[in-house]
Amino acid sequence: MTDQDWTKPAAKAIPKEGYFELERGRYGPIFPRTPACYGFSIIAKVKPGREDAVREHGKTIEAAIADSPEFLAPLRLHYLRWLLFDIGDGLTFQYQGIFDTDFDKYTEDAVQLFGQSGLNTVFTNLEGFPEDWKENPDAFVKFVREHHYPSFLEYGEYPYATADEIKKALRLKAAFSTMLDQMQ
Amino acid sequence: MLEFDDIQHILLTRTPAITGRYEFLSFDTPAGGRSWLTELLDKVQSATDAQATMDDSDRWVTLAFTWNGLRALGVPEESLATFPGEFREGMAARADILGDTGSCAPEHWVGGLAGDDVHAIAILFSRTDEQCKRSIEEHDKLLARTDGVRSVSYLDLNASPPFNYAHDHFGFRDRLSQPVMKGSGEEPTPGSGAALEPGEFILGYPDEDGPVANLPEPEVLSRNGSYMAYRRLEEHVGAFRDHLRENSDSPEGQELLAAKFMGRWRSGAPLVLAPDKDDPELGADPMRNNDYNYKEMDPFGYACPLGSHARRLNPRDTAHNMNRRRMIRRGATYGPALPEDAPDDGVERGIAAFIICANLIRQFEFAQNVWINDKAFHELGNEHDPICGTQDGMLDFTVPKRPIRKVHKGIPAFTTLKGGAYFFLPGISALRYLASLDS
Repeated sequence: MTDQDWTKPAAKAIPKEGYFELERGRYGPIFPRTPACYGFSIIAKVKPGREDAVREHGKTIEAAIADSPEFLAPLRLHYLRWLLFDIGDGLTFQYQGIFDTDFDKYTEDAVQLFGQSGLNTVFTNLEGFPEDWKENPDAFVKFVREHHYPSFLEYGEYPYATADEIKKALRLKAAFSTMLDQMQ
Repeated sequence: MLEFDDIQHILLTRTPAITGRYEFLSFDTPAGGRSWLTELLDKVQSATDAQATMDDSDRWVTLAFTWNGLRALGVPEESLATFPGEFREGMAARADILGDTGSCAPEHWVGGLAGDDVHAIAILFSRTDEQCKRSIEEHDKLLARTDGVRSVSYLDLNASPPFNYAHDHFGFRDRLSQPVMKGSGEEPTPGSGAALEPGEFILGYPDEDGPVANLPEPEVLSRNGSYMAYRRLEEHVGAFRDHLRENSDSPEGQELLAAKFMGRWRSGAPLVLAPDKDDPELGADPMRNNDYNYKEMDPFGYACPLGSHARRLNPRDTAHNMNRRRMIRRGATYGPALPEDAPDDGVERGIAAFIICANLIRQFEFAQNVWINDKAFHELGNEHDPICGTQDGMLDFTVPKRPIRKVHKGIPAFTTLKGGAYFFLPGISALRYLASLDS
């Protein structure tokens, strides 16, 4: 476990394939946990005329979280960053997520979450996304794997710490503060 | 509406069998395989049949096929290609994904189960030893008079005393937490969750997410069918008892440590409801023995350790999408019971079980991959399931305890996978369809 010491900032350069050694997961190669945890970067073309719909989806997720802060809990996320950009060949969407479950479980949980909640996934605005994703979760998984661009460098200032561990540490700090207050 | 008369009984009924045999078969010719199947067709009970004749029957037959077996029977290539990739590959080929490595790897499997020539299984369950002997004799005669089909291996099953409840060789009560399907006529016991959509377990019905796409074709072949992951798990009873003795200072301490590994006392009483000492009455009471949760009742695992077997295999309210991860378990124990206080005799004994589900990747492989053999389960860091996870002697088991937890280092393997396979369990019409395929 020495390579997973959170006190020592760590960087890792990752081969082009996105993994060091081919290890098979349930749906394909396992993308490894790095000092910046698990994650993915989905990059795909936006269907023509869908920019507003994609941006609107940002507000939908904002409202869903405000209404139910635990809404995305199954995904065990640290951070999500959604970007739209055009570098000359049409509008492109980037979905960058950093999380603590493995890649395949994240995707499965995401299909489930968005399918069940009635919230459509933002992916429906992307070219090549399977129309029947709700009935055909395997096609969703395939789309995600085909549009994932693995990082070639990842860095963690507090490497390998999970969101749960960080929250535990913050709760502990809060509890200590409360304890000290009570002792005044 | 569930088509009880077209579903093999094993999916919906538990029979009062206490003995039996699994026959693993190979078809050298399609015609041989189909003759064998044809002769057994009227022996295979549907759920309707098994329920109506339960009191009078002494034997129950279930038939299932590997993907290679379906091909060997003459299922056309275009149909074979519609089966999901994981089933086509087979369990042995996916050992790395399942965590079946080291001494559990397919190269160490017995009974030829890692070979491509395992085509079918005949599950012959019997109520009595006499009936079991008759069934085996009849099946042997069938093999002898049918060209093109042969036995690869077999496994004789037997319950061990006491016979009044199901338990494994370690002495733990079994069959405590089974999912129930809507329309099955069964009521879930308290704490077992609501009845689930049949499509979680049987092909051709909506699942918890609604209609299911991409089922194997033709429909007659997939309808009312299911997938079975077979696991032959040797239980190292001597090693388990030795470990308990070496790591406890009293018989009570041994029982408690055993319960911590399992998540339940040997009686079946769950640690969440009986944290300090066994409560056999609770263990035997189906209205109470499953009626608990983890999130509110034991969030830190002070009663039931976070990494215990029961908690990994059914994290209840501490995991998401549980209704998409449920599985039906069937099976039996094999090998002689090891008497209390007897040293290990080197004889293989264990559990030979089937995990039945509609989607092997989403249900069975998920459980293996994310629950049983994931070191990071519940942030534990260096643990696998202490009962059925792959153990190489380097992993831990953490028992939360006030004021400070106890970490057991270097957990030995209490079980070893000795074989496995993915089978397709066809409906009754599908069995007839397979028998009538023309090569």
